[in-house]
Amino acid sequence: MNTTMLIPLLVAIPLLFAFFIPLVARKIRVLADILGNLATLGALIIAILIFGSRGIYELGGWSPPIGINWVLDGFSNLMLVIINLISFTATLFSSKYMEQYTAKYKYYSLFLLMVAGMNGVVLTGDMFNLFVFLEIASVASYALVAFGGNHEELEASFKYLILASIGSTLILFGIAFTYGATGYLNMASIASTISSGGRNPILLFAVVFFIVCFGIKAALVPFHPWLPDAHPSAPAPISAMLSGVLIKALGIYALTRVLFNVIGMTTVFGWVLIAVGVLSMVVGVFLAVGQWDFKRLLAYHSISQMGYVILGIGLGGYILSSGGEQSAAMLAILGGIFHLANHSVFKSLLFLCSGSIEYSAGTRQLKEMGGLLEQMPLTRATCTIASLSIAGVPPFNGFWSKLIIIIAAFQAGFPWLAAITILVSFVTLISFLKVLRYAFLGKLPEALRQVRESPAIMAIALVILAILCTGMGLLLVPGVREVILDPAVAALLQGIEYAQVALPVF
Amino acid sequence: MKGMTVIVKTVTRWVKVFIFLYGIYIIITGHLAPGGGFADGVIIACSYILLMLAYGREFALKRLSSRAAHHLDSSGVLLFLVVALLGLGYGGIFFGNFLQTRFPGVAFKLLSSGTIPISNIAIGIKVAASVFLVFIILSVLRIVLDEDGTQKMVQDEEEE
Repeated sequence: MNTTMLIPLLVAIPLLFAFFIPLVARKIRVLADILGNLATLGALIIAILIFGSRGIYELGGWSPPIGINWVLDGFSNLMLVIINLISFTATLFSSKYMEQYTAKYKYYSLFLLMVAGMNGVVLTGDMFNLFVFLEIASVASYALVAFGGNHEELEASFKYLILASIGSTLILFGIAFTYGATGYLNMASIASTISSGGRNPILLFAVVFFIVCFGIKAALVPFHPWLPDAHPSAPAPISAMLSGVLIKALGIYALTRVLFNVIGMTTVFGWVLIAVGVLSMVVGVFLAVGQWDFKRLLAYHSISQMGYVILGIGLGGYILSSGGEQSAAMLAILGGIFHLANHSVFKSLLFLCSGSIEYSAGTRQLKEMGGLLEQMPLTRATCTIASLSIAGVPPFNGFWSKLIIIIAAFQAGFPWLAAITILVSFVTLISFLKVLRYAFLGKLPEALRQVRESPAIMAIALVILAILCTGMGLLLVPGVREVILDPAVAALLQGIEYAQVALPVF
Repeated sequence: MKGMTVIVKTVTRWVKVFIFLYGIYIIITGHLAPGGGFADGVIIACSYILLMLAYGREFALKRLSSRAAHHLDSSGVLLFLVVALLGLGYGGIFFGNFLQTRFPGVAFKLLSSGTIPISNIAIGIKVAASVFLVFIILSVLRIVLDEDGTQKMVQDEEEE
């Protein structure tokens, strides 16, 4: 069977179920669970089936540059698997966790809309189509952040809505400037126009918009204030989705795709990315250490870890555009992308663990917890694995990606970047030791005597992610790495040669 | 008595049908003339919103309950998506115009341009229902002052 036929299903399946669930599962809550899980499982299976294949899909049979095309390459392949994997575990977790809330069918409907939007962002090869999918995912996420409907959640959602809407509007401006400068909306056509016709100064203006606005979506440091409110306020599976994949698909993926493959990397952009990355790493982690709200602490760590990803990718872009060694650039980008994959697994796991504790113990304040070691052995085990992963302790996955970024920084001749990376990693370890100490060790408070381990279906989601955390280091083994990670790196390394791949007619 | 004055009510009674019919006209000629699904949806929703403004919410909700609007909302999108998926099934192309050979695009001919009229109708249903629902949601919630002066959000009736 031709695998390119399956590409549109990645958007169509979540969309279909998103509007089918409110029609049939309004009264029957179990049906909403089953259909929701079925949809994400289906999307996951398709993402795995098309893994490794390359293809261009012309929507409606209209060929670019006028028609919209969806491009499947190494980077989108990897992102699709991550997105659909995390969304499957999140729906698995939701089926029990969301019992606390009313209107489950609305939750699944919004959730699947968000997944459809993210899959679309990752697949599309058209700038305006990117904007449309970005808005679908963002609007669904505004509503999901406010899903609890309490004062705190509405406030967080409103803040998120305002900031992210400003971001979206400016992205539209950026796209308009790019269109004005090149005359195309198709990414590959823009890239080939730029490579043949030279740079228009307007493009620089557009790039500033892109960096700022995708920076807002990715919560990089000067643009981060919405994240520490929005992520803790959402229900736990949604926090896992937002931190795990949304900020990556809408922020990091879109930014790197536009900078590397459409506009083309320069040393200046490389420096900007490195600076923003370092700033996010350092500021995020120091803000995180002092937090006592478990989920808020995790949210600040998301900012810090996004800094690692952007640092790796920016470093690669800098080496590439300054004419440095190809292998060093490849290593840096590999580190960035691998850390992106790892972070989505361990951060989702951490948020699901916090949800599991909140579900059983009814609190997310670290000071009110303690001694949950005996009560919740499974959550404790998975939470420990995830904490060690994020802190970069071998043999868990976070260690390997951080190691690659550090080696790449040395190879590129920036030992001070490596030093900062190690320092931030150390502070991360401190703050997660604090989490483990306060949540699971110490004296069990009187109020938490009756706490039991969370239901089995939630535990399954935790265990799946914990296994991945332990095993993902194996992706670096020669033979596996060439299949999974290297194509993603190659997709970025090709730069604006992307035009030749995504638009063979030129 | 709910709603506005008798003048407004009488005029509304006459005008609402024409607005609705104009919406239908826009939808079925969407592929031939300016207009289409979105514009049509807004016009049709306007006829209901006019009813609501003139006669009060209960009167409009008796004609189109919020439950029914929810169903129409989802069905519109589903219809649109099914047309797109049928394109995938028949011609192998998502959003492919699989009816184009039967009904090719001819100017001023109503039954032409394949699946586009169907998609227009789907979008029209979706937009009409959504705009109406947005209006309902805006009218259902109101802020009341408690005895001690704090503001409180109150829902007039159960939405379900």
